[in-house]
Amino acid sequence: MAAIGVIALNTFRESLRDKILYNLLLFAGMLIGLSVLLADLSITEHHKIVADMGLAAINLTGVIIAMFVGISLVSKEIDRRTVYTIMARPISRTCFILGKYAGLALTLFVNVAIMLAVFLITLWLYHVPIGLAIFQAVGLLFMELLVVTAIALFFSTFSSSMLSAILTLGMYVIGHLTTDLKSVAGKSASETASMVMNGLYYLCPNLEAFNIKGQAAMGIPVGSDYLVLASLYGFAYAAVLVTGACLVFQRRDF
Amino acid sequence: MGAIVIEKLTKTYASGWLGRPPFVALSGLSLMVERGEIFGFLGPNGAGKTTTLKILLGLVRATSGTAMLLGKPVGDVETRRRIGFLPESPYFYDYLTAEEFLGFYGQLAGLTRGEIAPRISALLELVGLVEARTRQLRKFSKGMLQRIGLAQALIHDPELVILDEPMTGLDPVGRKQVRDLILSLRDRGKTVFFSTHILPDVEMICDRVGVVMKGRLLASGRVEDLLRQGHTHSVEVVCQDFNAEDSATVRSYATRILQQGRQCLVVLPNADLLDRMVNEIRQRGGRLLSVTPHKASLEDLFFQSPAHTTSDVPTEILSGRPN
Repeated sequence: MAAIGVIALNTFRESLRDKILYNLLLFAGMLIGLSVLLADLSITEHHKIVADMGLAAINLTGVIIAMFVGISLVSKEIDRRTVYTIMARPISRTCFILGKYAGLALTLFVNVAIMLAVFLITLWLYHVPIGLAIFQAVGLLFMELLVVTAIALFFSTFSSSMLSAILTLGMYVIGHLTTDLKSVAGKSASETASMVMNGLYYLCPNLEAFNIKGQAAMGIPVGSDYLVLASLYGFAYAAVLVTGACLVFQRRDF
Repeated sequence: MGAIVIEKLTKTYASGWLGRPPFVALSGLSLMVERGEIFGFLGPNGAGKTTTLKILLGLVRATSGTAMLLGKPVGDVETRRRIGFLPESPYFYDYLTAEEFLGFYGQLAGLTRGEIAPRISALLELVGLVEARTRQLRKFSKGMLQRIGLAQALIHDPELVILDEPMTGLDPVGRKQVRDLILSLRDRGKTVFFSTHILPDVEMICDRVGVVMKGRLLASGRVEDLLRQGHTHSVEVVCQDFNAEDSATVRSYATRILQQGRQCLVVLPNADLLDRMVNEIRQRGGRLLSVTPHKASLEDLFFQSPAHTTSDVPTEILSGRPN
């Protein structure tokens, strides 16, 4: 178990020393700042625009980090052959995968926390009321990032970086359209199309379950039962994918 | 039980394309490395050296055959506490400093922070990187990376050290340092198994060698025994005021005569002819300047002789067991 922590901390340290991450954080900060300008241009709902844009900026930056760092988590180790010296140590392949995942989760947590702090300062400066809904939205957004990271990690254990990126992006897009897929499946005249849509609905994660940004921007919190269920769903989906990643990684030759 | 015991190891890689034959990297390789010896694993590029090492470290699964490390089957995670490994042309986490890098591998090996700190200092001293202790690895030269790689392989004081091409990328001074380091490991009772294609290094430091080619063990044994197999040593004689071309006797046995001014170079096919040659020089009033024996090298034995196939090597040498 200690090995998981060592790998996780090293992964976190790697991201801390990566300049791209700071650029992304700067980008998020600029987007949050831009929300104030956009709010000034609108006639009504200034507060909603600031909150909405801020949450979207955190979401976008978080997904970029989760996706692109996630797909390189394992493939970079294999391409650069750093995995050779790690696997020669007394740690199992499962520990390695869990450590990499935990390291990126920690990186995302710190990044989301920094962006949330910038966002809260912006809200406070613009006199937007800061309620529970904002924190709930960011919490579920973080849960979505954990699922996206698990998807990226899973694909990166058996495919190239490019293919992993395409597959993860595809899953992310479909993940936000699963409700539509279900309704299209219900209305489709073709049985095959209906089966494919239903298959995708059950296979792909329902990422919309983590999206409460719209109502959070209006200051309306969700019930605690929804939060618990959505979180459990996210944890379960991520756990299945990480387990799959471990199983694939166990069988790999380097 | 030897430190490394390999029996009938085979590795076949699928081609990935229909119709293409699979690639056989190893074909029934058997080998044994005794505890406390330096074993050189020789072979040209693509012979199967790295594949063998990868199987030993659990990075690649063998198609068939068995391999044991320190009495345990390969893949046993706990055995890796007793093994140090340096891969070929290693790339390490270049955002880490030398100190952080060694600390990271020390932690992975299960050492406590109290144990790691003195090990880091000792190893940086050993590989001559004390000055670079707080420098990030991305600012290291290739030779420095090789040396810090060696240090990470030794951070947990392993019983068995496996090195893949440890001399690659090193200048002559660096190569000597690595050679000395390997010898010092043996002096401390460690087993060193290293692959290389730099033969003079092997001849200098190895107790035994194994030669692999096209996935098969061509020969294995003590370096001296392998060199003795049917090979004679040539001798170069340089003399003055003696014209070898004028001597029918010398012409009859010399393999080469080169006359330059007052000096003459004569190459003899073996050392047995040296006395006759020296007498001839004296009788004709010449003066002997130098005698240089040339030993047959492993390179001569295995890589310059196209006729050398498995069947040419005596069975006791092919067995892979120490003499």
